[in-house]
Amino acid sequence: MMDGKPDDALTGERKLRNFNINFGPQHPAAHGVLRLVLELDGEIVERCDPHIGLLHRGTEKLMESRTYLQNLPYFDRLDYVAPMNQEHAWCLAVERLTGTEIPRRASLIRVLYSEIGRILNHLLNVTTQALDVGALTPPLWGFEEREKLMVFYERACGARLHAAYFRPGGVHQDLPPDLVDDIEVWADEFPKALADIDGLLTENRIFKQRNVDICIVSQQEALDWGFSGVMVRGSGMAWDLRRSQPYECYDEFDFQIPVGKNGDCYDRYLCRMAEMRESLKIIKQACEKLRAEPGEVLARGKLTPPSRGEMKTSMEALIHHFKLYTEGFRVPEGEVYAAVEAPKGEFGVYLVADGTNRPYRAKIRAPGYLHLQAMDHVSKGHMLADVSAIIGTMDIVFGEVDR
Amino acid sequence: MSAELSELAAGIEAKRPDCVLSKAVAFGELTVEVALSSLVGIVDFLKSDKTYRFATLVDITAVDYPEREARFDMVYHLLSMHRNRRIRLKVAVHENEFVPSLTDVHASAGWFEREVFDMFGILFSGHPDLRRILTDYGFQGHPLRKDFPTTGFVEVRHDEELKRVVYEPVKLVQEYRQFDFMSPWEGANYILPGDEQAGAKD
Repeated sequence: MMDGKPDDALTGERKLRNFNINFGPQHPAAHGVLRLVLELDGEIVERCDPHIGLLHRGTEKLMESRTYLQNLPYFDRLDYVAPMNQEHAWCLAVERLTGTEIPRRASLIRVLYSEIGRILNHLLNVTTQALDVGALTPPLWGFEEREKLMVFYERACGARLHAAYFRPGGVHQDLPPDLVDDIEVWADEFPKALADIDGLLTENRIFKQRNVDICIVSQQEALDWGFSGVMVRGSGMAWDLRRSQPYECYDEFDFQIPVGKNGDCYDRYLCRMAEMRESLKIIKQACEKLRAEPGEVLARGKLTPPSRGEMKTSMEALIHHFKLYTEGFRVPEGEVYAAVEAPKGEFGVYLVADGTNRPYRAKIRAPGYLHLQAMDHVSKGHMLADVSAIIGTMDIVFGEVDR
Repeated sequence: MSAELSELAAGIEAKRPDCVLSKAVAFGELTVEVALSSLVGIVDFLKSDKTYRFATLVDITAVDYPEREARFDMVYHLLSMHRNRRIRLKVAVHENEFVPSLTDVHASAGWFEREVFDMFGILFSGHPDLRRILTDYGFQGHPLRKDFPTTGFVEVRHDEELKRVVYEPVKLVQEYRQFDFMSPWEGANYILPGDEQAGAKD
């Protein structure tokens, strides 16, 4: 190194060059299998290139060769943090194409479980984001509550995670009578647990230092990058599909849409906490309505199986049952885009049906995909340590991003 | 709802008559077919025009129709949060045609177009970074094309001797089962297995 011109005397370290590091795919703050190629100038992120697809399972391809009913469980495996909300979008798409009206009670159960899903999701997100910025206790407390909610899942459909509970035409089974009471009891107790987490985080000095003014998203940016859910509400836009394009029977529930002011990580955290409280309101109203309105939970018809009792006595019902679970039902030709306000944002299904028993094409529109896409844009100029806070606040789950 | 959508469609057609090929309202949704050459123009118009403000790009995807001459349909979903309206744009694309990229109008188009390129092999002109996105590094083929088998062509496993992951052609113990539920009585448009000879007689 010492021969030649004096300039050459610079050591390798002094000839400064931006430093590239791999963040993930095995990093605990990557929330799954995210690989970020980060270009750093010192500790400042200059460029961020997310490599996704490590959890790609070809869901859309698989769906093309399965019947509409067989496709339903794939939706649990997308965003596995709040499975039923995804199923909801699929059911809505099939019901719109077939023109199925679902019974009132099924609609109420769907709302109830969508809100339970929202709390499941926000609990996980808020607490693990806190973990990403250094707090260990919140996830331990939050997961205890999640466990209780998963028991409600289990008591409704038999599975803690992969529910396959919402079906085209309603929900698979009616809730056991004491379940509604237990959910209501839980809804009365939960605010205390939420207040505990709130007390740990909201005014916590470290938590605020790590989140306030990090990843500020302006309204224009939120539009440009196609954000949805808390990512736009945190920036002060009161956009919620449950309110603006009501589906199911959300229009008869009384709830508020919390919005942030500054559009930073901290505001989004506050939004999520407030949303959980609003979800509780909906859960309580739904419980009350469910108790008052017994009835069918499946629109009996081509889409749904006959009742068990009928199957044992009627030959036609038996044939119908057999045909439904082998061949499946036909969906008339057409295309439809059905979106729900999933906890993470707008989750949509674009379904092209060709009149057979299988979808010709189903495109799953995951909110996390767009949020992660903006990673390069929003993390530019932040410190390396903020990257994990940003991934956390975007609420990314790889099941839905990679599909 | 559908009356408002028809009005919206008529308004768009009146302002950009050269772009709109056809319009339809079905299932409470508006679908507008546009020509490939006017795609960027109309998306930009829908975004910037104060009466529409379709500022959010919700989704870009494609649908493969192998039997059609223009093989692919590009499908764009736009949302106007200001007017609370959705619109779907459809563009028919030939297999060897370039689709103009929307990245200059909507920043969020980047990954969607990468995904469409990855899954369907449709090429975009003017895209800053057209790489594969969801499939494996070094993947070949475009999985969502109808002629791509669901089982794929290669499978991976970790080789204990080589101490690395190896790629091998797919070996199936049992053939991939694809049941055909089209009823022969309702007119399947192909020769049913065993029926070949019936046609050979006459």
